[in-house]
Amino acid sequence: MPYKHYILICAGTACESSHAQEIHDNFIKEIKDRQLESDVQVVKTGCFGFCEQGPIVKILPDNAFYVKLKPEDVKEIVDENIIKGRVVQRLLYSPKEDKGRHQMTDVANIDFYQKQFRIVLRNCGIIDPEKIDEYIARDGYKALEKVLFEMSPTQVIDEVSRSGLRGRGGAGFPTGLKWSFTQKTSSDVKYIVCNADEGDPGAYMDRSTLEGDPHSILEAMTIAGYAVGAHKGYIYIRAEYPLAIERLNIAIGQARDYGLLGEKILGSNFDFDIEIRLGAGAFVCGEETALLASVEGERGMPRPRPPFPAVKGLWGKPTVINNVETWANIPVIILKGASWFAKIGTERSKGTKVFALTGKINNSGLIEVPMGTTLREIIFDIGGGIKDGKQFKAAQTGGPSGGVIPAEFLDTPIDYDNLTAIGSMMGSGGMIVMDEDDCIVDITKFYLQFSVDESCGKCAPCRIGGYQLLNLLEKITSGRGEMADLNKLFKISQAMQKASLCGLGQTASNPVLSTMKYFGEEYQEHIQNNKCRARKCAQLLKFEILPEKCVKCGLCAKVCPVGAISGDREKGYVIDQAKCIRCGQCLERCKFKAITRG
Amino acid sequence: METIKNLELKPSLIDYIAQWRDKPGNLIMILHKAQEEYGFIPRDVAFKLAEVLDVPLAKIYGVITFYHFFKLEKRGKNIINVCMGTACYLKGGEDIIKELEIILGVGLNTVTPDGKFSVEAVRCLGCCGLAPVVSINGTVYGKLSKNQLPEILSKY
Repeated sequence: MPYKHYILICAGTACESSHAQEIHDNFIKEIKDRQLESDVQVVKTGCFGFCEQGPIVKILPDNAFYVKLKPEDVKEIVDENIIKGRVVQRLLYSPKEDKGRHQMTDVANIDFYQKQFRIVLRNCGIIDPEKIDEYIARDGYKALEKVLFEMSPTQVIDEVSRSGLRGRGGAGFPTGLKWSFTQKTSSDVKYIVCNADEGDPGAYMDRSTLEGDPHSILEAMTIAGYAVGAHKGYIYIRAEYPLAIERLNIAIGQARDYGLLGEKILGSNFDFDIEIRLGAGAFVCGEETALLASVEGERGMPRPRPPFPAVKGLWGKPTVINNVETWANIPVIILKGASWFAKIGTERSKGTKVFALTGKINNSGLIEVPMGTTLREIIFDIGGGIKDGKQFKAAQTGGPSGGVIPAEFLDTPIDYDNLTAIGSMMGSGGMIVMDEDDCIVDITKFYLQFSVDESCGKCAPCRIGGYQLLNLLEKITSGRGEMADLNKLFKISQAMQKASLCGLGQTASNPVLSTMKYFGEEYQEHIQNNKCRARKCAQLLKFEILPEKCVKCGLCAKVCPVGAISGDREKGYVIDQAKCIRCGQCLERCKFKAITRG
Repeated sequence: METIKNLELKPSLIDYIAQWRDKPGNLIMILHKAQEEYGFIPRDVAFKLAEVLDVPLAKIYGVITFYHFFKLEKRGKNIINVCMGTACYLKGGEDIIKELEIILGVGLNTVTPDGKFSVEAVRCLGCCGLAPVVSINGTVYGKLSKNQLPEILSKY
């Protein structure tokens, strides 16, 4: 019997860390106390995406969207909404501009969701990811059934090829083509691998998909196994994602119990099984050949391609390797058809893309938009604009392998080719928004630091080049830069692009090239004027005491760790610029705002 | 070397090895289990694993030192992971590290003298919506300001 009410509680990582579990337990308790168990079902779902507003609870059929809940709010929701049928107005989402006056009840009206279109995240926030029946109720495993009984392996690959789906891991290689290489290579054993080693800082799309809808990945991998003739799959996932690992384990167990994994799947003659392999914190393992080395239990070092994994991969056998988001598209393509999928997106980039929208933005969260959506729509319509009314400076996509998109390209439709043309890349989908307070040179240094730490050291261009780039950036941000350094940065970057062995090294200099191209004057300011306009680079700052505001209390002199502030309560205080280490403690402690930083 | 010969691995690790022994590419999975059991990978355990699995010790150390996740030294009782993903960096992750250094007296990757805390920087915990983020023993504290740190630390 269907329930009268469904309480959907987001159990994604962000909400879980802000008491979603307690909220869930309180709902269970309140429902039980009032003996409503047969009328109300409490469901822990995957990520709703609107992480900024978490923890989030949605109540159906009322469609009430409660945000920023506290465990103690639960009682009121049960009493009012569930029992009396009155939505609790004060807990609903209300858009920033008319706080408290005009509250939304219908999710479809919320600006954050309006321009989104969900394929990959179709089940996230709707089903309980720990229950296979809920996935099946949403047409889960129907695509697998269709493939096994109505389609030949070649038909499956044709369907994927015609859909125009391209790999969502970053490079955008056509998925159908990849599969066909593996299918055509004859071998006794073949493998299917899912790349869930999401190491990109500032990206959590794959984690949310795995946590919210693990079965979609299992189903897709099984379909690929049938298409290329593989019987074994591996999911390579970061050890840092314990919740996703737990849910995948549960999902694999349930699928085996239901005969959807294992021998003679659904009574057909096809066998397929999946195992989980844990990563151990190495960004380079997102590169496919390094990932395969890691699955084999070795140091995750890349090897030259060709041969490509599709022909010679895991243990030397043909291997299809796709990332989580790519896999999540497959069941939908099979069920709804390639032509349906190909209608979405731009000419050369079909379907949707999931972005983790973060940084200095009002609505940070997980979004899925059709390819071809502009940056302006993402940042201002979905994202609600820049925090604290500041100026948009740039968006960074593609993480340490990508580049920045400055304001002049806000109206460029986002797809693989356009992003590459403007010097960034799609990457796995991290989108970090920066405002006027962020120093572009400092951010570039941050990315280089990352790439240098993560370089495996196998090839010289990446190992040495990255280190030299970082040193130059360090020199510039500490006020010792020379104009000739800019040319060095440029030359080393180009050499790395051309000569590095794998994707990590080839793209590690992208942040440098892209920021020099669009924000070259900021580099020049750092070098020629010793000025950091965002006031981020501490070594370029000058702290000064304003005599007119100073009350001569002497606190600053007391907190200064290097004794750079001298004076007395009669004459006032001054900062010795030669001694000052620019730690900013005086500025922070001064209650009278008498110290400036510039 | 005498002590290493006599070392007995924990039973749960022995069971795990038995389960994985015949699977290709098992080394990383077994090291994960060893770290789960011991909190880090002690030198004598690495020696013993080399013997039990019949792989060269150099290979085991090659793998351990390649991956950030594996630790060669004992860690604090409570592990503080400060997220240094891009979103957290932009929103002041570095200030959090500095403040922890002031409060605890130790920098990154060091254990406090009383063995109570160790501070590590991690690459993105995946809750960028809550930046800046710190996780202590797996519990995530989001939208942090450094003034909240003393109160949070006092819970441990």
